[in-house]
Amino acid sequence: MRVLLEVQGIVNRFGSQVVHNGIDLQVYEGEIFGIIGGSGAGKSVLLRTILGLRKPDAGSVRFLGRELGSLSAAELHALKASYGVTFQEGALFSSLNVCQNVQLPMLEHLQLSARALDQLALLRVQLVGLPVEAALKYPAQLSGGMIKRAALARALALDPLLLFLDEPTSGLDPISASAFDELLIYLQHELKLTVVMITHDLDTIFRTCSRVGVIVDGRMISDTLAAIVNNPNPWIKSYFQGERARRRGIVHGA
Amino acid sequence: MYLTARRDADQLAVTLSGEWRALRFADIEAELGAVELTSLQRIDIAAGEAQFDLTGAWMLRDFLDRARAAGATVQFQGPEPSTLALVERCRTGEITAHTHSIQWLDPERAVEGLGRRAVRGAQDIAGGVSFLGRVGVAFMRAYPRLQWRPVSVARHVYDTGVTAVPIVALIAFLISVILAYMGAQQLHKFGADIFVVDLVTVGVLRELGVLLTAIIVAGRSGSAFAAELGAMELNEEIDALSAIGVDPIEALVLPRLVGLVIALPLLTLLADVIGLVGGGLLCHALMDMPLVQYLHRAQGAIASTTFWVGVVKAPVFAVLIAMSGCYCGMSVRGSSRELGRLTTLAVVQSIFFVILVDAVFAVLFMELDI
Repeated sequence: MRVLLEVQGIVNRFGSQVVHNGIDLQVYEGEIFGIIGGSGAGKSVLLRTILGLRKPDAGSVRFLGRELGSLSAAELHALKASYGVTFQEGALFSSLNVCQNVQLPMLEHLQLSARALDQLALLRVQLVGLPVEAALKYPAQLSGGMIKRAALARALALDPLLLFLDEPTSGLDPISASAFDELLIYLQHELKLTVVMITHDLDTIFRTCSRVGVIVDGRMISDTLAAIVNNPNPWIKSYFQGERARRRGIVHGA
Repeated sequence: MYLTARRDADQLAVTLSGEWRALRFADIEAELGAVELTSLQRIDIAAGEAQFDLTGAWMLRDFLDRARAAGATVQFQGPEPSTLALVERCRTGEITAHTHSIQWLDPERAVEGLGRRAVRGAQDIAGGVSFLGRVGVAFMRAYPRLQWRPVSVARHVYDTGVTAVPIVALIAFLISVILAYMGAQQLHKFGADIFVVDLVTVGVLRELGVLLTAIIVAGRSGSAFAAELGAMELNEEIDALSAIGVDPIEALVLPRLVGLVIALPLLTLLADVIGLVGGGLLCHALMDMPLVQYLHRAQGAIASTTFWVGVVKAPVFAVLIAMSGCYCGMSVRGSSRELGRLTTLAVVQSIFFVILVDAVFAVLFMELDI
């Protein structure tokens, strides 16, 4: 399997506080990789570092074997067409409707006719399971679940190889969250996507992820899902075998 | 090369190859457009070697639709690409949403727009009056019980008043310079140079000191109020306050209102002082008038009411500015564009109201013979 994303020795400091102390991780093509960690463990900071929104204090991020730091501005711009991102609160542009939100990356990176632009945007809207009427609605008119789906539609606008999702199911009711999980699996299968997902939702992790990386004490422990639940690290142990996990009846091998 | 087409009478054999990806849209579209579709009976497609993402599959489907519309039947040699099936599955129901077409002048829409505008105008006025009422009620409820929120008020006096001192002082000085220069030039023709002092002192104290200060403050603080409250509204902070049981008008609007009512008269006082000093310096520099003579003449020119006529307007202007800013800020709904629109509106509206009310004051004072 091809390594799509490789992160080596990332160090991030805020003043004297060290958030990441040498994070290594590899994401293989075609997998759904879950990133978990306690609040304040630096999951979102890691995502921002990988996306190039934050310059790490040390370490490197390689995307398809090319290091982010060594790319010229034009190359970086082109690279951004090959990954899609959804942010925690959706980050939809509030002055544009859903359709225009999806079209924005297309307008930036592709040369499309007006007809193709409309049809391709609506195709994405339908792909993520939104009704056609939702395409002309503004973000303020959408429910939480619809915002997450619209954000996913925008992330898929350029048919990315790699999809980053920041807490895609947070704030959704269990039924919507589980529908989102199924959508993600469906899309990942149909479009042969590679997904990197920050999540706290145990159900989502067990339903979708093939491998999981846990940020503990500024480092990352990554393993297959089956192996990570039996990891002896105390934080991981309490995460997967704690009361909430037990009550859901999803503890493996406990 | 994304496709090779071989035409044989009314039959076409197409072999697709390469990566049909979104980023190659223009190239693929050009190659597809070059395929001649007229009087075709049948198309055979071999797609086994090509790879499709969703956009690529859409382009293929679009091409096939055109071929079918031209009367050809389509036959796949080997399996159909799976992404093509995905596109078919998504596109249930026809789509008619032209998000990018421009609507040129359409009389029906124009009339509709006019109606909407009128209704919105009426709603704005009603909203403004009701906001005024809510602020009044909050004021009557909070202040007899002495719920001053002094920390908050002090913060707004600082933000709107103290930090505005340098710019207000500079503008007041420059205005007195302009007045003195113009006056010296024009009045010299009549040999009435001494009346420059009257012009500067009366002009600054009665009108320009308070008016320009109010306009600066409207630009600085009116916009700040609107942007602050608008961002809070977008972030649901105002709803959060209501939910906690704090009246947002009492917690957010009243301190700004009171803060500005304190700050604007003080700034006006500053502008008056700087204006008079600037006028004196200019008279000295331009006409070699000793400062003592300037002071003496100024005492003659200014009646005891001259100063109060100017300063009394400041609290009124402060109320207008604070109300416009806060009302616009709290009317923000939904999008960042609204925030920009209403912040602009807050400034324009408060400057308009300040000048309008100043005109009313001018007429009033003339009628009262002050």
